[in-house]
Amino acid sequence: MAITGQGTSAGSDAAGAAAPPPQDLVNCTINGVAVSVPKGTRIIEAAEAAGIGIPYYCYHPGLSAPAMCRMCLVEIEGAPKLQPACVTVVGEGQSILTESAKARAAREGNLEFYLLNHPLDCPICDKAGECKLQDYTHAEGRKHGRVVEPKRVLNQDDFGGDVLYEGDRCIMCTRCVRFMREIAGNDALCVVQRGNRSVIDTFFDEGLDGDLWAGNIIDICPVGALLSKDFLHKARAWDLDRSPSICPNCSQGCNVYVDSRDNLIMRLRPRPNPEVNSYWMCEEGRLEYEWYNRANVPTGTIGMADTIGGGPNPTGRCERPMVRDAQGRLQAATWHDAVVALVQRLGGLRGENGVLAVASPAHANEDVALLHRLAQVLGGGDAVFRVRTAPSEVVCPGFPKLARRRELAANGRGLRAVGFRRVGDDAGAGGLDELTTAGKIILVLGDALADVPETFGADAALFVYLGSEPGPAVRNADFILPVTNFVEQEGTFTNFEGRVQRFWPALEPPPLARPAWQVLGVVLAGLDDGPAPADAASAFLRAAELYEAFGGLSYEVIGGRGALLNEPVQLGAGAAEGA
Amino acid sequence: MAYPFRHEKETRILSEYFGDPEARTLDGWKKRGGYQALRKAIEMGRDAVIEEVKASGLRGRGGAGFPTGVKWSFMPKEKTGPSYLLVNSDESEPGAFKDRELIRWTPHQLIEGALIGAYAIQADHVYIYVRGEFFEPAQVVARAIEEAYQNGLAGKNILGTGIDIDVTLHLGAGAYICGEETALMNSLEGRRGQPRVKPPFPAVSGAFGRPTTINNVETLCAVPHIINKGAAWYRGFGTEKSPGTKLFNVSGHVVRRGNYEFPLGFPMHELLYDVCGGIRDGRKLKAVIPGGSSVPILAAEECDINLDYESVIAAGSMLGTASVIVMDDRTCMVKQVRRMVEFYAHESCGQCTPCREGTAWVAKIMRRIEAGLGTEADLEKLVDLSTNMTGTTICVLSDSCAAPVMSSLKKFKDDYLGHIHHGACPVAAAAVA
Ligand SMILES: Cc1cc2nc3c(=O)[nH]c(=O)nc-3n(C[C@H](O)[C@H](O)[C@H](O)COP(=O)(O)O)c2cc1C
Ligand code: SF4
Ligand code: SF4
Ligand code: SF4
Ligand code: FES
Repeated sequence: MAITGQGTSAGSDAAGAAAPPPQDLVNCTINGVAVSVPKGTRIIEAAEAAGIGIPYYCYHPGLSAPAMCRMCLVEIEGAPKLQPACVTVVGEGQSILTESAKARAAREGNLEFYLLNHPLDCPICDKAGECKLQDYTHAEGRKHGRVVEPKRVLNQDDFGGDVLYEGDRCIMCTRCVRFMREIAGNDALCVVQRGNRSVIDTFFDEGLDGDLWAGNIIDICPVGALLSKDFLHKARAWDLDRSPSICPNCSQGCNVYVDSRDNLIMRLRPRPNPEVNSYWMCEEGRLEYEWYNRANVPTGTIGMADTIGGGPNPTGRCERPMVRDAQGRLQAATWHDAVVALVQRLGGLRGENGVLAVASPAHANEDVALLHRLAQVLGGGDAVFRVRTAPSEVVCPGFPKLARRRELAANGRGLRAVGFRRVGDDAGAGGLDELTTAGKIILVLGDALADVPETFGADAALFVYLGSEPGPAVRNADFILPVTNFVEQEGTFTNFEGRVQRFWPALEPPPLARPAWQVLGVVLAGLDDGPAPADAASAFLRAAELYEAFGGLSYEVIGGRGALLNEPVQLGAGAAEGA
Repeated sequence: MAYPFRHEKETRILSEYFGDPEARTLDGWKKRGGYQALRKAIEMGRDAVIEEVKASGLRGRGGAGFPTGVKWSFMPKEKTGPSYLLVNSDESEPGAFKDRELIRWTPHQLIEGALIGAYAIQADHVYIYVRGEFFEPAQVVARAIEEAYQNGLAGKNILGTGIDIDVTLHLGAGAYICGEETALMNSLEGRRGQPRVKPPFPAVSGAFGRPTTINNVETLCAVPHIINKGAAWYRGFGTEKSPGTKLFNVSGHVVRRGNYEFPLGFPMHELLYDVCGGIRDGRKLKAVIPGGSSVPILAAEECDINLDYESVIAAGSMLGTASVIVMDDRTCMVKQVRRMVEFYAHESCGQCTPCREGTAWVAKIMRRIEAGLGTEADLEKLVDLSTNMTGTTICVLSDSCAAPVMSSLKKFKDDYLGHIHHGACPVAAAAVA
């Protein structure tokens, strides 16, 4: 087999990346398999490309390689000593053996050393199930331990921020130290003492508090030595459902996994994407997930009352379509009845006094594109959004492509791309009072309108609210249509630089909630504007047809790494605001 | 002041002025022929100096015995920025005390050798890295450096030749591992003193990421003599593969312990029984460690050898630093090896798992055996662990810890079995009887 460099994703091809220049190739065999790799490739990477796994602890593709854990030792035929695969560059004609008796014996011996002082408290360790010490020991360790000496005992140390250190479990790979130095640019951790007295420590009272990137060390710790206070003892790794998603907390759009159990988010972890976030994400993104996690109490037993004034709503969600009846009361309706009534009302008002569309930047491109389309079909008007904005961005020193951007929502750029404009202040409030509502059709998607006066929308011809929160927005609404939030549906966000990225559903929505693109698609179809899209991919294609910025893109083109919008990145005021 | 370690059979070249306080001063050193070699070297030119040192066959005295001229020739010929010569004076290996004597008695010998080396490899800066505990020797070196600067031998425009070479003293903080060349570089740079992975090799990227050569004190002290008297003269001493003289630092159970200079190839028997006056208290020889604690132990019957690099290797050990540790028949090898292993466990930098965990585990097992609580299974375990600690780490500290364990298990198994079966030290019991 031949591996010729890193496969470029369809996404980056579409982004217009030039084909890489032809590189010098080096040929070798790994366990008898012929492999050719670009000159300078390290054995560990060549093996991975050939589908051969070499165990490792200290190596991490995003960090420097100190070659100190000695797990990755491989035999190179003719070389007197085993060589560390993580730093040794493939040589022409080499025969590399990862499974020779010598290599296996070295690993088995090394694993015994690893267990010497390890407490083996897997039953109470959060890492169990995704721990490399467990995995390698199960695979290749000795059947019986030979240690009769007492183990070293250290105390737990609170490193500050979200991080706890269990020194007994530490295998001294120094990934955490190197991450803080090389990526966080904050030399906050170090190895103290030497030999087997070595421990990882902070400098006196200066811990990880306030460091926006420190949480990543919990992910990259190969064992359970670094623990998240937020995730502490919340779930076992094997009980988690893992869904690829996008962090919604700023316009960087870090790729993440949403790890959930029983339909509740337990934690977020970064999902590698060299174009966006490398292997990392920030603490604000990682820890602020409750706002889209709430309200997932199993439904069926507790539902929203049939009328809005009818009682408390313990789930905190819009759960059923509601329609205001002739007497001015909101009544629960079936989706069928609600949509038929809505199409009828909209048909009657089409082209009358114009539309005010307000969308939330936490909604997908598919959702906001179809909302904008609906506003246009109904005669056009104002299309606006509000977004919280931080005073400054915080760049990741070791990977400057990554920053916690100023705009604290995922899809401001997507909204702008289809024609929404930003209004309001940096708190994500205000801006609506200047816009007239009298006699208009108000379409609100996702924005809970927490700051508007009680009278908002009372003078409108029709007020339609698509959302998940029954907040102040619903006070004067004629239609309340429960929609899914991003973590409950498939879709795409467009990040600050115009990179369109896919996300997948991680949680079950309330039974009657529907993706906004689906509701809007059906309404548009009812107004004779195209067929209703059957799935998110078709909804995206519809958006790509309608909006030039998305032209030429599709879910296949976007792929796993995202694809840039079909428009030049604007470096003017608008783009700066978007950043 | 008479130097306490003297013997008429010695060939004193490097150690001629040991015990002579006047030789420590620049004037005194110049009176004794000092700094003529530096002038001569600069007249010869860089390439000629390197060729002369190559021709002399001088081998590194820091332990590995790598040919010095060859090492110098690895340095880039084209100068693209700063480059360095580091002087390794960290001497912390149990048994070694030769560099200490060289720097405290003949600091100018070292500075002259270092300046010649720096000139030959085009280094702009010499760093003399002295073990932190060598407080008095460091003061001597500091004074000598000051004198060299005041007299135009170091710094800008040395000897009026337009060549600039700075010399800086750097004190370590008490870590054996900082004698390993790349750990020394880290320590010098203010980082954690731990070895670096090679490649890159120092001649490509060493101290401060620049081309660097590192030499032992004794290596550089031999250089002025080679330049003054020529490679052929130097080759008049020693053997074909181990030319020149060497300081033998003898410790342990001999009558006259000390530092003695002999041509390489000097017979061990003569060194122990003649020069050093034999085994003290009329006891019998049990074992010798010929090259500092990190080389395999030789049993008494293996000691009838010549002390040069190749002969000691043929006998199954290494000449290392020629730090000869002599043990008589009252020595318990379990205790000796336990103490050495504890040293390595204490000094392991802790990067590599086989070394970090292995040294400490072996120490624990050795303590248990010594206390009479070991089993025969422990001996197999020791062999296994030592094997797993050998050839698997970044530097050879791990191997150095394994070497005495393996060699003592092979050659002195009875000492171990005595502890295991009788619950107490058989050697101590025999000595009382
Ligand atoms: C653990 C360890 C400790 C060492 N300590 C010393 C030392 O104290 N002094 C020394 O000159 N070389 C020491 N060395 C050897 C050096 O790494 C290096 O080989 C030497 O300084 C090179 O000088 P040379 O070529 O002149 O011998 C040590 C090596 C190791 C692995
Ligand atoms: S805490 Fe984890 S990441 Fe840090 S050195 Fe220990 S095992 Fe490695
Ligand atoms: S930088 Fe932004 S997208 Fe990335 S994790 Fe932080 S908040 Fe989320
Ligand atoms: S072998 Fe021991 S001393 Fe040498 S680098 Fe590894 S851990 Fe450090
Ligand atoms: S991964 Fe190669 S030594 Fe750690």
